[in-house]
Amino acid sequence: MSLLSQCLQNQWLSSFSLEPRPQESQLLRYLSPVLAIVLTLLSGALIFLWQGQDPLIGLHTFFISPISDSYGLAELGVKAAPMLLCAIGLAICYRANIWNIGAEGQLLMGALVGAWAALQVMDSGSRFSLTFALLAGSFAGLLWALIPAVLRNHFNTNEILTTIMLNYVALNLLLWAVHGPLKDPNGFNFPESALFNDSVTLPIILEDTRLHLGLMFGLLAMVAAWVLLSRTFIGFQLKVIGMDASAGRFAGYKEKKLVYFALLICGALAGLAGVSEVTGPIGQLVPSISPGYGYAAIIVAFLGRLHPVGITLASLLMALVYMGGEMGQIDLGLPLAIGSLFQGMLLFYLLACDVLIGYRVRIKKTVAATAAMPASEGA
Amino acid sequence: MDIELITNVLFAMVRSGTPLLLVALGEVVCEKSGVLNLGQEGMMLMGAVTGFIVSFSTGNLALGVIAGMAAGIAMSVLFGALALGLRANQVATGLALTIFGAGLSAFVGTAYVGKPLTGIEALHIPLLADIPVLGPVLFQQDPLVYIALMILAAVWLFFRFSRPGLMVKAIGENPESATALGLPVLTVRWLAVMFGGAMAGLGGAYLSLAYTPLWAEGMTAGRGWIALSLVVFASWRIGRVLLGAWLFGLASIMHLVLQGMGWSISSNLLATLPYLATIVVLVILSSNASRIRMMAPVSLGKPFHPST
Repeated sequence: MSLLSQCLQNQWLSSFSLEPRPQESQLLRYLSPVLAIVLTLLSGALIFLWQGQDPLIGLHTFFISPISDSYGLAELGVKAAPMLLCAIGLAICYRANIWNIGAEGQLLMGALVGAWAALQVMDSGSRFSLTFALLAGSFAGLLWALIPAVLRNHFNTNEILTTIMLNYVALNLLLWAVHGPLKDPNGFNFPESALFNDSVTLPIILEDTRLHLGLMFGLLAMVAAWVLLSRTFIGFQLKVIGMDASAGRFAGYKEKKLVYFALLICGALAGLAGVSEVTGPIGQLVPSISPGYGYAAIIVAFLGRLHPVGITLASLLMALVYMGGEMGQIDLGLPLAIGSLFQGMLLFYLLACDVLIGYRVRIKKTVAATAAMPASEGA
Repeated sequence: MDIELITNVLFAMVRSGTPLLLVALGEVVCEKSGVLNLGQEGMMLMGAVTGFIVSFSTGNLALGVIAGMAAGIAMSVLFGALALGLRANQVATGLALTIFGAGLSAFVGTAYVGKPLTGIEALHIPLLADIPVLGPVLFQQDPLVYIALMILAAVWLFFRFSRPGLMVKAIGENPESATALGLPVLTVRWLAVMFGGAMAGLGGAYLSLAYTPLWAEGMTAGRGWIALSLVVFASWRIGRVLLGAWLFGLASIMHLVLQGMGWSISSNLLATLPYLATIVVLVILSSNASRIRMMAPVSLGKPFHPST
């Protein structure tokens, strides 16, 4: 043990050390995501090499060719919309230090209940069928987020674990519904609901593409969240609670109310994302509503610095990663999971780069280091 | 219920509780040193996929188990580099580890989905295996079940009687005082994190080599998270980890039991049972806030800044 500790200390801790900055660096706060993206791209190039591909062709296939025509750009919006909605909600939670990991489950419940509502009313001929389905989906997401909120506020239960567990419950409920009560009776026993008709389908906002109204919901949520977080007292309270919960309590803020507020808003937005997926590009309830949008939204929220504008950009990037993964599978025969691998790396690099916001790296001259690398004197 | 059914249920309970036991033991040690690693799910997945690939390619199951543990350790080193080396937020780093592990395991495992593998076979312990009920339940299992129980005993003895065990606890309670006493806080935390990685990797390898000998994307199905809840359930006490692991193991095979008894409930609905049980147990145990505060290591989740 002492040998290992000496090794660690000599090689690592003494050769460079972290020195707290007197003030957090605002420049690095915004530079860190860029740095993380560059590092991810470099690692991506290495992965392409490992897989026996030309890295430049790989990166081009992954990040340029998916959006080199107008259809691709529209698809980018289709994929970004659900993550944008979820990440806006998550950012509101994370600002207040509420670790909601449950956007995926809230999204699935929105899709499930929204689809159920759509199936109930789609033959009624009412003008409000779509609105009803959208409201039902959002409300379902909200109720799903109410569970961890109640448990945290009144039973002191850690919201990370409860929201994760509820994600798995929601997924199984969805599977139950498509295999059981919501299965299309005329569907040759496929685990799918009946196809929605036009009265419960989101309108397309760009002709000849799949780009639907869901993106508008996302952009609206972005503007609303921006106002909420930077211009209202609630937004300020959320921030204070997040930075120092006891300071918030001392100022008389109602922490429990804020927990309800943040989680319910997030649930409603994620639910809206879910119902927008089934009434938008998917058009029916199927077992695979989301390729992990709710989890990717966590990365989007952090990459976007918990700021609505940053999140919008980050959601486009994450959508591109999804599309690149599909493109890499079709054109280069790479596993589809390379997309999730890129997402994971991005979050890791981001956390590492974020250290630079609060600390600066000091390279110390140790005997071993100076002897081995005389060139490092200037650093 | 006849005695044979009960025996079968208990046998399956011990089996499905074993990966939870392994992962939770690793996390308990980690948390007792003051580090909260939420990346169990990612480390498990990497252990599962690495163990499967190595066993499949070499035909050697033992090698697969070791490779799974090595993969878990490698993942935990990544966590340590960020959370201990760079003092990043432990919650965010753990989440990143889970997301990264899910992606990486799916990526490297793509070619191995659905490949057949003869899993680790049961090892009957002479004499003991013939005891009615207890024999089949405890002594006709596969070797990893026995290893898990031995690790449990070792960890219990470590904390109960050994000086290093006391050191880990002291560091988890108050790292500043521990530093003042000359204890190597960061080194101990590194070792605890790596032990957690090894156990999570072993738990993952148990899934892909013994429990269901195959690889499927995301095959851990939240077991890493359940193991994390189990640590809270056990109130950081080693003995209760075993109780919890078997209880959660029972919850996760309940759907088989109920279906065997002729209940015609959708298997998807029954599959929610372990997750719901986890929530219920968490609620019951956490509702007494002062108790949790008393039992949890004081410095849990807080980065340590050695002031030099």
